Amino acid sequence: MTRYKMHLLVCGGTGCRASAADSITESLKESLQEHNLQDEVQVIMTGCFGFCEKGPIVKVLPDNTFYTEVKPDDTGEIVEEHLIKGRQVDRLLYEAPEGGKVKDSKHMDFYKKQIRIALRNCGFIDPENIDEYIARDGYFALGTVLSEMTPQQVIDQVKESGLRGRGGGGFPAGLKWEFAYKNQEQPKYVVCNADEGDPGAFMDRSILEGDPHAVLEAMAICGYATGADKGLIYIRAEYPLAIKRLKIAIEQAREYGMLGEGVFGTDFNFDVQLRYGAGAFVCGEETALIHSMEGERGEPTFKPPFPAESGYLGKPTNVNNVETYANVPVIINKGAGWFKKIGTEKSTGTKVFALAGKVNNVGLIEVPMGTTLREVIFEIGGGIKDGKKFKAVQTGGPSGGCLTEEHLDTPIDFDNLLAVGSMMGSGGMIVMDEDDCMVSVAKFFLEFTVEESCGKCAPCRVGNKRLHELLERITQGKAEKKDLQRLKNMCHVIADTSLCGLGQTAPSPVLSTMENFWNEYVAHVEDQRCPAGSCKDLMRYEIIPENCVGCTACARKCPVGAITGERKQVHEIDQDICIKCGACVDACKFDAVTIK
Amino acid sequence: MSRIKVKIKEQDLTKIREICQAHNNEPGELINVLQQTQEHFGYLPAEIQEAVAQELGLPVAKVYGVVTFYSFFTMIPQGRYPISICTGTACYVRGADNVLQEFKRQLGIAVGETSEDGKFSLNCLRCVGACGLAPVVLVGDKTYGRVAPDGVKDILAEYQDKE
Repeated sequence: MTRYKMHLLVCGGTGCRASAADSITESLKESLQEHNLQDEVQVIMTGCFGFCEKGPIVKVLPDNTFYTEVKPDDTGEIVEEHLIKGRQVDRLLYEAPEGGKVKDSKHMDFYKKQIRIALRNCGFIDPENIDEYIARDGYFALGTVLSEMTPQQVIDQVKESGLRGRGGGGFPAGLKWEFAYKNQEQPKYVVCNADEGDPGAFMDRSILEGDPHAVLEAMAICGYATGADKGLIYIRAEYPLAIKRLKIAIEQAREYGMLGEGVFGTDFNFDVQLRYGAGAFVCGEETALIHSMEGERGEPTFKPPFPAESGYLGKPTNVNNVETYANVPVIINKGAGWFKKIGTEKSTGTKVFALAGKVNNVGLIEVPMGTTLREVIFEIGGGIKDGKKFKAVQTGGPSGGCLTEEHLDTPIDFDNLLAVGSMMGSGGMIVMDEDDCMVSVAKFFLEFTVEESCGKCAPCRVGNKRLHELLERITQGKAEKKDLQRLKNMCHVIADTSLCGLGQTAPSPVLSTMENFWNEYVAHVEDQRCPAGSCKDLMRYEIIPENCVGCTACARKCPVGAITGERKQVHEIDQDICIKCGACVDACKFDAVTIK
Repeated sequence: MSRIKVKIKEQDLTKIREICQAHNNEPGELINVLQQTQEHFGYLPAEIQEAVAQELGLPVAKVYGVVTFYSFFTMIPQGRYPISICTGTACYVRGADNVLQEFKRQLGIAVGETSEDGKFSLNCLRCVGACGLAPVVLVGDKTYGRVAPDGVKDILAEYQDKE
C-alpha cells in the first residue's frame, strides 16, 4: 500500500461541484503527475466542508491549509508553491473578517464553535471508499452491538442518550425503536427518511453524499435493536449524487459482510434497498412516506396507528431521518453519557443547520444544542452581508416562524424554538436583512404550502389557498383592516383542524410574522406602503429631475422601454409600462432614480 | 387483446413491457416503473400511462393519480435544454423571483411550459442544496450560480446557437 505524505482534499459537495470542483480535482492530479508526485500526494474528493460561501475549497493535510474560491487554473500554483516549495499560496487563503489570512483552518471562526458529530466524516474521507470510513471507527459500533449487546441494551443506550428525531418532530428516537421492538409481528422494516424537502435545508443530502456508510451502519444497528432484517432508504430522485454514493456504499458494505446474510459472521441478517421519492414535500411525513414507498399517492393518514404498529405493507416499521441515524454509531461508541453532556438537558447532542440567506458565511454547520442564534449568525455566520442590519431569521422552513432581534440570545433547542413561535424543523436557517418584507416572506412560504398540499383534507387544501389570496391582497395594497383579523382567525382554524403536520404548521410563518412584525402588516393595509421597499405593487420608480443629466443610460437598460427622454433632457418613467425591475436604478450613475 | 385505444408504437410498448417486467409487474413498484419510463420517453403522456396501467394490472385512474401527484413526473415533453430555477428560501431572499420573471419574459413562456421550438422548458425547483451560490439556475445538468436578472440573456445565448 502506498503511504502518502500529503493529502489534498477537494470538496465534492453540491455547491462546490457546481463551481468546477471536478475539473479542479482533475487538474490537481495532472499537476502532480507533471512533477512526479502522484505517489506522494493523494487527491481525494470528499463530502461537503460546510463552508459553501467560499467554495470551491481545497484543504491540504497534514497542515490544515484551507484554500478558498479555488479555480482550476490555480492548481499548478498550489502544487508548485505549497507542495514543492513549502510556501502557502497566500492569495487563496481565507481572509478573516477582522483582517489577516488564516493559515490553519482550526483557527477560523466558522469552525471554532462547531462540534461535528453527524458531520464527523464530511470533508474528511472519500465517501466512495469504505476503508476510509472504517479507518475512522466505521462499523465499530455495529460490531460492538452484535457481539456484546442485547437489542434491549441498544435501545436503552439510545434512550439514555436523549437523542431526538432530527427531521423536525423531535420525538425521542429510542422510544420509537422500543415501540417497533415490542411489536412481535414479522417482518419488520427500518426506514431512513431522506426525502429532504425543506427549501433551504441540505444537511441530509450532505451527510449522504459525504458519509453514506454512517447511515447504513446506524440502520443495521436499528435493525438489530428492533428485530428487522430489511432496511429501506426513501430518497429524492433529485439527489443523483447522493443516490450514486449510497449505491456504491451498499455494494461495498455487502462485499465486506457488513450488510447481507450473517452480518459480521453472526446470524443477524440485514440488507438495505433504495426507494425513490418523486418530489412531494408531504412525503417527509412518515405515513405519507410509507404510502409513497408502496407506490401510492403520498397522502398522510391519521395516527394512530403509528408506523411501529402498522407501517410499510402493514408491518411494524421504524422511520428516522438521515441526521438522526448519523448520530447513532457515535452514541454506541462513545456512550450515552458522553452524548448527553453535549447540548441542553432536554435536547441533547448537536444539530446541523443550513445557514443561508443574507449572511456572510453561507454553509452547513453543526453546533451543540443550546447555542444561541446570535452565536450562529454573527460568530459562525460572520454577520449580515453588505453591512446591512439584521431583521429576522427564519427557522423550521415552511412549518416554522421568523424570529427577531429579541430572540437572538435564545438558546436553540427543540422546546425553546417552539416556545417563541417557531420550530427546529430539519434545520434550515435563513437570515433576512432590512430589505426583506415580512409579509412577502410569509406569502412565499404559503405559496410553497399551497403547491405542496396533497389535497386530502379541506382545511389545508382550501384554507391555505385562501390564506395565500389574503396575503396577496395585502402585498398589493388592496386589503382592508378587517382582513388582518380574518387572516389570524383562518390561521388558527387551519392549524387546529388539518390532518397532518404540513397543514397544522402551514400557518406558522404567517402567525409568527404577524406576532413579530405587526406594524409591517398594518403599513401595507393602512398606508399602502411596504416598509422594506420590496412589494412591487406598492412601489413607484421615479426620476429626480434635479439629478438627471439625460445620459440615456437608464432608457437603454430598461427592458420594456418605459423610460423616455431626449439626450441631455430630463427623462421620465411611464408607470403603466414599468415592470419595476429596478434595472434603471442600477444603471443610473447620478442617483437620479428613486423608489417611492 | 390490447385495451389501448390511442396509438402507441409497437417498439414503445415493448419498452414499457420490459420496464414493468424488470419490476416483476409489481403494482407496488409503480413509482419506480414510472420513473424509468419517463427517463426513456422524456415524459408520460396519457397513452403511455394507459400502457403502464395495463401491464401492472392497475386502473388507469390510479396511474394518472400518481403521475399528477408527484412533481417529478410530467405529461408534456420537456425542452432540449430544461431550465430550472431554484426557488428555495435562500435563493428567494437573494432575488430568485426577479430572475424567474426575466426568464419568463425572455422566453415568453410560463412556468411548466415548453417553448414553441421545443428548445427550452421552464420550471421551478425547491433547493438544490447550493445555497452558497444563490440564486441558482440549472440548465440541464449545468449549474449557474449568483445569477442576476441581467445575466439571463447571456445564459440563454449560450444555447441559442446549439441545436
